[in-house]
Amino acid sequence: MSLLEVKNLEVSFALRHGDLVALNDVSFSLDKRERLGVVGESGAGKSVTGFAVINLISKPGKITKGQILFDGQRLDQFSEAEMRDVRGNRIAMIFQDPMMTLNPVLTIGTQMVETLQAHRNISRDAAEAIAVRKLELVHIPSPERRLSQYPHEFSGGMRQRIVIAIALLNDPAIIIADEPTTALDVTIQAEIMELLLELCDLQDMGLMLITHDLGVVAEVTERVMVMYAGKVIETAKTKELVSSPMHPYTRGLINALPGHTAAGPGKRLEQIPGSMPNLTEIAPGCSFHPRCRFCQEICRTEVPLLRKVAGEPDREVSCHFPTVGCDDE
Amino acid sequence: MMNSPIVAVRNLVKYFDISGGLLERMQFRSGKIEFSRTEVKAVNDVSLEVFAGETLAVVGESGCGKSTLARTIMGLYPPTSGEILYRGDRIDTLNSKEMLPYRRRMQMIFQDPYASLNPRKSVRQTLEEPLRFHQRKISDSEVDARLAEVMEQVGVNPGWRNRFPHEFSGGQRQRIAIARALVIDPEFIVADEPVSALDVSIQAQILNLLMDAQDQRGLTYLFITHDLSVVRHVSSRVAVMYLGTLCELAVTRELFDSPFHPYTRALLSAIPQVDGIKKQHIKLSGEIPTPIHLPAGCVFHGRCPYANSRCKHEIPELLPVAGTSGTLVACHAVAEERL
Repeated sequence: MSLLEVKNLEVSFALRHGDLVALNDVSFSLDKRERLGVVGESGAGKSVTGFAVINLISKPGKITKGQILFDGQRLDQFSEAEMRDVRGNRIAMIFQDPMMTLNPVLTIGTQMVETLQAHRNISRDAAEAIAVRKLELVHIPSPERRLSQYPHEFSGGMRQRIVIAIALLNDPAIIIADEPTTALDVTIQAEIMELLLELCDLQDMGLMLITHDLGVVAEVTERVMVMYAGKVIETAKTKELVSSPMHPYTRGLINALPGHTAAGPGKRLEQIPGSMPNLTEIAPGCSFHPRCRFCQEICRTEVPLLRKVAGEPDREVSCHFPTVGCDDE
Repeated sequence: MMNSPIVAVRNLVKYFDISGGLLERMQFRSGKIEFSRTEVKAVNDVSLEVFAGETLAVVGESGCGKSTLARTIMGLYPPTSGEILYRGDRIDTLNSKEMLPYRRRMQMIFQDPYASLNPRKSVRQTLEEPLRFHQRKISDSEVDARLAEVMEQVGVNPGWRNRFPHEFSGGQRQRIAIARALVIDPEFIVADEPVSALDVSIQAQILNLLMDAQDQRGLTYLFITHDLSVVRHVSSRVAVMYLGTLCELAVTRELFDSPFHPYTRALLSAIPQVDGIKKQHIKLSGEIPTPIHLPAGCVFHGRCPYANSRCKHEIPELLPVAGTSGTLVACHAVAEERL
């Protein structure tokens, strides 16, 4: 069994005009040292998936169905106190904007010591020693001196390194990184991604990388799941997904990337018409059908299931016609 | 295509004074009170030309001055020194009344369609304002016809003209912002990160729309972006900026095939590739210096693996590179053929 297993997860938000289903039947697993990418456009449910794993869904949202198994335990049934033992300890999370994650009025040292003392009975000196080691791990120069500095004294890339160091403090088994480089420049992004890769190997961690950037996913992850309107629509080994996507949405997404169009620069990009539906107005049948080029009668009425594809052992696609039109690309 | 420049920028400098009020500027030093001045040197001595019909992309990381350059060209900021010419006429010295005929021909599209549209104005009000402002005598029926035409072109149903921005998605809002720029039929458009706030599938729609509009109306674009794959796709020439300075200017294909400036090389190697073929990232040491205290010599020398003592003292000039179609590079190492 994998370290983390999510089975048929459903998250919904109770709103005035009825329940809004943000995640619908999402299943995946993540093992030690494994790097899983979660890709989708805004509103696809990728962040909610990350939050659900560590039970950070706030009211009016809640997990309405399914199981989250971590190390054999049902995280979804944990009390808030039990969950606090897991969060930031066994499973850590990194967010997009490091300035929002760090407290601007506390020094880096205080914030790191606090995180350690929240989970262990440890003296300040011992905690600071661990903090220094973790800062070294993320390549912060002269870490002892840095402990007494405030977040504003660091650049954006350095701040994100510190956030990663804080996530590493209690030697987590899994790191969930939600768009960790979206707010950063490309050269800094490349550095942070390299660091995450290095750390997964060094620390035996599993990484769940949530991002909208297929390029980042292709460089960092081994496996990827593509989400659309609260559902997983395709999962595969990253290499295979990128080189031969099957779901029409995945194909459209990859072909829409400038620089990936066969036609070459200056030519029209292949575009998916329309935009992601609002979660309150998801179409019946396949949720992608109003935007799909290959839509047939059955797509309008019947919801496709996430199924294994014949001849593709590592791939699951939720599409009635997963191979239609694959050849003409 | 490369005939006369539509916009020319000569030795443009833009500094922002951030010293604050009188008391904040006061400093007590060796028994005397002194007044200090703190300036952000956003754009330093940039010269470039945009030719009719082309798309010139300006790329660089945050804080490199690319947006300041664009806004200064548009006349949104007065330049500290230097000249801006529109079809040969100096426009940086004009007062707002004299500037009017030029404003009609230059328009701007911004990054965030949530911030650039007035939430209290309907699409119709948003679109008809520039039209009525620039053509005082236009009749109501003509306004209607122009709105319908431009909305049709950007792919927003003209029947929705009485709706408000909150009723539209991000992609549709950006279409409306583009319609607002197109409605007075300009010839030059500055697009400041027009697709950065949008999802991939919407980004493709908007890029297609911009390219179509260029074909149909013969527009000239100055395209500001940090996204190099977008640059490669839409632009004909690229200007790379670092810390307020132009470091390389080249035809797009040549820039991506054989970048010269060490910064351009590092930047290109950092783009994540979807095909998963891992390129060796050229790692830059150190951090981008602040534009308040610019390094002496080449602004890039502190992070450059090829820097020598000359780079630390002497600012490199933007020089043509032999054997290219007009590539300009500001680098001593390239000029000395050390690279």
